[in-house]
Formats: sequence, C-alpha cells, structure tokens
Amino acid sequence: MNLELKRNGRVLTVQVSGELDLSTSPTFRSRIEEELGNDQEIKHLILDLKETNFVDSSGLGAILGRYKSIAQRNGRLTAVNVPLHLQRLFELSGLLKVMTICSSLEEAQNID
Amino acid sequence: MKENYLNISFPSLPDNVSLSRVIVASFAAQLDFTLNELEEIRVATSEAVSNCVIHAYPDHPGEVRLELKISDDTLMIKVIDEGCGIADLDLAKTPAYSSDPERMGLGLVFMESFMDEMTIESQPNQGTKVLMVKKPERSKNNSHDCQ
Repeated sequence: MNLELKRNGRVLTVQVSGELDLSTSPTFRSRIEEELGNDQEIKHLILDLKETNFVDSSGLGAILGRYKSIAQRNGRLTAVNVPLHLQRLFELSGLLKVMTICSSLEEAQNID
Repeated sequence: MKENYLNISFPSLPDNVSLSRVIVASFAAQLDFTLNELEEIRVATSEAVSNCVIHAYPDHPGEVRLELKISDDTLMIKVIDEGCGIADLDLAKTPAYSSDPERMGLGLVFMESFMDEMTIESQPNQGTKVLMVKKPERSKNNSHDCQ
C-alpha cells in the first residue's frame, strides 16, 4: 500500500494505492493520525480510492477509526473514486452512515 | 468436471494474509467465477486468515493450514488453526462485535454473506476449523438448464 497525503485548506486528502488489510491498516492509521496530530487546523478527511484494489474488514475498521478522529473535530469523512466492489462493501458494513461518497475530488473539496 | 486440491501451511503473520488471498483467488479461477465472485472469495479468505492472526494466536505466530479443493464445480476452502479457539460462537457471529475500536467485527458476517456456505468448528484451546463453500453462479444456472 502507498499513501499520498495532500493538505488543501482545512481538508486532508489521502490517496490510497494498493491493498488496505490487516497488514497495511496500521500504517494507514499511523500516517493519518500523525498528520492530524501535527496540524490541528485539519477538519475534513477525503479518501481517494481510485487506486485501491482491495479492502477487507480490517481496512474498514481503520477507515472507521479515522472517522472517529475527524468527528472529534466536527469534520466530515468523504470517499471519492470508489470502485464498484468497494461501494458494496461500504454499504454492507454500514460505513456509509458516517462516510459520504462523492463522484469527484472537486465535489468533495467543496464540503467546507 | 474439474477435480483439484492444494494444501499449504504458513505462519500466522499479517503479511501472509495477502498471500493467502492471491493463492485462493488463483486456485478459484479454475472455475467459472465472475470477477465479482472472485472478489467475494478474496474478502472471505482475508477475513478467515486475519482471524487466525488476530484471534487464534494473539501472542505469537502459530501455524495456519489452508486446504483448497475443487470438486463437482464447487470450491471448498478450509482454514484451520490450532490456536485458542472461540468460546462463544454465537457472540462471535454478532455483527459489530469487537473489543477493538479499530475493528468493525464484520469478519464472520462477510464470510457468511460472500460464500454459499460457511461453518465453524471450534473449542476453547483446541483451535478453529472454518469451512467455506462457493459455486459459480453461472455453473448453478447451467445445472438448472439441464434439469
């Protein structure tokens, strides 16, 4: 898994490439938490999943954990470029109760 | 009619979860599964093997046995460990049951949802045996056509 973090105003966008599972979710958690810890001005989190080819319940748990961090700042969690098979997984898991799916990064960035 | 099998063992290391997914998906691809069905098999395998890493051997890695079989156009996946076992299977199957805030407790739910059959045999301190079975939808439809 490879992560690319970009800050734009109060929005942190994380591009996730590869697989988000038991092996990689600790890195996903620590990289984002480190960024949030270093910058209290960040309010919203956008996950760009265009290059994400696998997520299981360990990955979903890691995403839910980041929602909890962002919710403490009254921010929003958004996912963009979500592949079809991941949309189904998000629906089944109930994650869509707390995470919005946007069709484009531009749309997601206009949430603030 | 295809008949095949593959048995492998590996230590319950997080890195071996993705390896097990690749092996099972490659083996399953011998049958007429759609890409969507193969994705479901990958998720179910990932959940079963992750459970061995997290729950069966929480303190140190132990052996995970993966037994794959194709028989009568049907894929059978057995994931076997000799770890600490499950004390209360009904509780473990409860959606969102997890003691860890970073986990959603959906592993068994996904395994049941994505496979045609899923059974678990487990006793405390005597390990766990998970059997998952799936047949390609296209094969099911073909067999209906023949009747």
